[in-house]
Amino acid sequence: MANKIYSTKLQDKLERNVWALLLMMFFVLSIGGIVEIVPLYYLDDTMEHNARPEILWTPEDGETLADWQPGDGIRPYTGLELMGRNIYLREGCYLCHSQMIRPFRDEKERYGHYSLASESIYDHPFQWGSKRTGPDLARVGGKYSDDWHVKHFIAPRSVVPESVMPNYPWFQRQILDGTRVKKHLKAMQTLGVPYTDADIEASAAAADGKTEMDAMVAYMQVLGTMAKLDYGVVYRE
Amino acid sequence: MQVNELEKKYNFNIVRWFSVATVIYLVFGTFVGVYIAAELAWPFLNFDNPYLSFGRLRPVHTNAVIFAFGGCVLMASAFYSVQRTCGVKLWSDKLAWFTFWGWNLIIVLAVITLPMGFTQGKEYAELEWPIDILIAIVWLSFTFNFIMTIANRKSTHIYVSNWFFLSMMVMITYLHVVNSLAIPVELFKSYSIFSSVQDAMIQWWWGHNAVGFYLTAGFLGIMYYFVPKQAERPIYSYRLSVLHFWCLTFGYVWLGAHHLQYTALPDWTGSLGAAISIAMIVPSWGGAVNGMMTLSGAWDKLRTDYVLRFLIMSLAFYAMSTFEGPVMALKVVNALSHYTDWTIGHVHSGALGWVGMVGAGAIYHLVTRLWNTEMYSTRLVNTHFWLATIGIAIYITAMWISGIMQGLMWRDYDEFGTLTYTFAESVAAMHPYYVMRFVGGFIYFLGGVIMLYNVVMTLRQAGAERNVSAEPVRA
Repeated sequence: MANKIYSTKLQDKLERNVWALLLMMFFVLSIGGIVEIVPLYYLDDTMEHNARPEILWTPEDGETLADWQPGDGIRPYTGLELMGRNIYLREGCYLCHSQMIRPFRDEKERYGHYSLASESIYDHPFQWGSKRTGPDLARVGGKYSDDWHVKHFIAPRSVVPESVMPNYPWFQRQILDGTRVKKHLKAMQTLGVPYTDADIEASAAAADGKTEMDAMVAYMQVLGTMAKLDYGVVYRE
Repeated sequence: MQVNELEKKYNFNIVRWFSVATVIYLVFGTFVGVYIAAELAWPFLNFDNPYLSFGRLRPVHTNAVIFAFGGCVLMASAFYSVQRTCGVKLWSDKLAWFTFWGWNLIIVLAVITLPMGFTQGKEYAELEWPIDILIAIVWLSFTFNFIMTIANRKSTHIYVSNWFFLSMMVMITYLHVVNSLAIPVELFKSYSIFSSVQDAMIQWWWGHNAVGFYLTAGFLGIMYYFVPKQAERPIYSYRLSVLHFWCLTFGYVWLGAHHLQYTALPDWTGSLGAAISIAMIVPSWGGAVNGMMTLSGAWDKLRTDYVLRFLIMSLAFYAMSTFEGPVMALKVVNALSHYTDWTIGHVHSGALGWVGMVGAGAIYHLVTRLWNTEMYSTRLVNTHFWLATIGIAIYITAMWISGIMQGLMWRDYDEFGTLTYTFAESVAAMHPYYVMRFVGGFIYFLGGVIMLYNVVMTLRQAGAERNVSAEPVRA
């Protein structure tokens, strides 16, 4: 064995030819991603609404986004909420707040029903987060009043003394522009979020002239209120 | 070979520029990190200023340390070692300079746009679409130059450090392009084409492999060249290198799923991610042993060679984090550790301990070779080593305590069966550890400042030496 200078013939070949080595890498590096990602697009039990379509809101004939009531099911964000969501991204809120409740007893008591994949179906990008320097926000909607949120955004420690969150006084100073909102809604429509053209017009007009604070509060208040989930039902194995 | 001949044979200038940039970005990136750590301990430091608020500065910190510091040290060492191991000059000097200026332009754009709040809202992939396109172009210019240099090589076989660099280049191209797919709405605003669980999986496929290939495979490329060079011994085991390489290349790709345990990601995906994570201990430790045992028979060098200390300590941290990672990937542990500071501690034992120290070791090695001189002060190299080591120890201890404490407080029940602590109480309990983390980070940052000072003084000393030498030196 002493004069054997290579480990295997294949390895030796790869070490002598950069193109063969590259080709082998392209192949080996692709496998994991393909196996883990591609099935998520076709396995039916990935998204809970495949088994339980009632999770998603489907407007009846003539119904618009404005006819939706809390609990009717997951729907696209209104223009105002979408702008709030953009501010949430802009300020990097996702770096300290998750939006993904895990199926544990303590999380259920602290935050509510565990989160479903279908709940973030219109979230481009997803905002599940990876860190809870602050609490989970997946179901924060309706837990506090609008006034509380305004106070909290301006000066978090005025309502939660232990908080380490930055103050966001500038939310009140920035005004939303309806034409910009429309552009954003249209982009979402391009991505397959089911807005009708009428929804886009009406929703953009409704957001025009509102402040960023209004948008943030609207986004906070809708989180987790769209679908009514039943504790007796097993949505996910 | 004479210095001037080497200078003619290879393109060292590009390596010099990348090396100096590395040290500057090390100081900058850790400074921002220390600042945001202070913000969590003392929130008044946000100063009600959008550009200084934690959520906007945190991506500046991560991008600065990963892409500015990490990118420059990778490019410096890849461009240096590929020339030395292949025995040829870089395929294209012009393309190499394009890579240098392009990469630095990206960093400048990141430092401007991130505090302005332009972000895709995906961790470690915050930069908006025009910058993403630029990253893809510059990254491919780096990759192409590297591949063509190997294709032109004088040696028969491709050296192991180059395999690792290549796998990083291929994988990062895959990841960056797929994860950044988005439709632009405005110049600095786009929406990811993915949503929900598919987006989550793609994001963490990117997120973990930025760690696995950029910060691990790439830095292993550094390890496989610089550890044997600095120790003046061949790598301990060729077979272990082959095993390390292919297992890591195949296996790391699967790990992203372990970031999504107990979320709405299907159970099969998370379990698969955890299973492969555990298996990854084998190649990772194989690699760490391979690096450390290279010193076999020359352990006494650690007493005198401070650069070698950096390299060997980095391998110890590599071994530690690659053990901790799989443990945290296990569902039972993840249930406690996920969402807590433990994750932050784990990342930093890898980033400060492995990436930071192997990077610093490589740069010290490069500075003496490239400027053909000794370090201005070896005592300061040693000071840097100890500041870095102590800083890391304080940092990760703080995060272990705070992380585990958070996890336990969140799930604690009193005798009446109700939650013992409010969330706010858990935040308050973190304060001392956030202060401690700030102190640890600050000490590590000081080490970086000392390195910058030492490198600058070394360059000045080299300049002075050149002036007195009779030989004319071409730039």
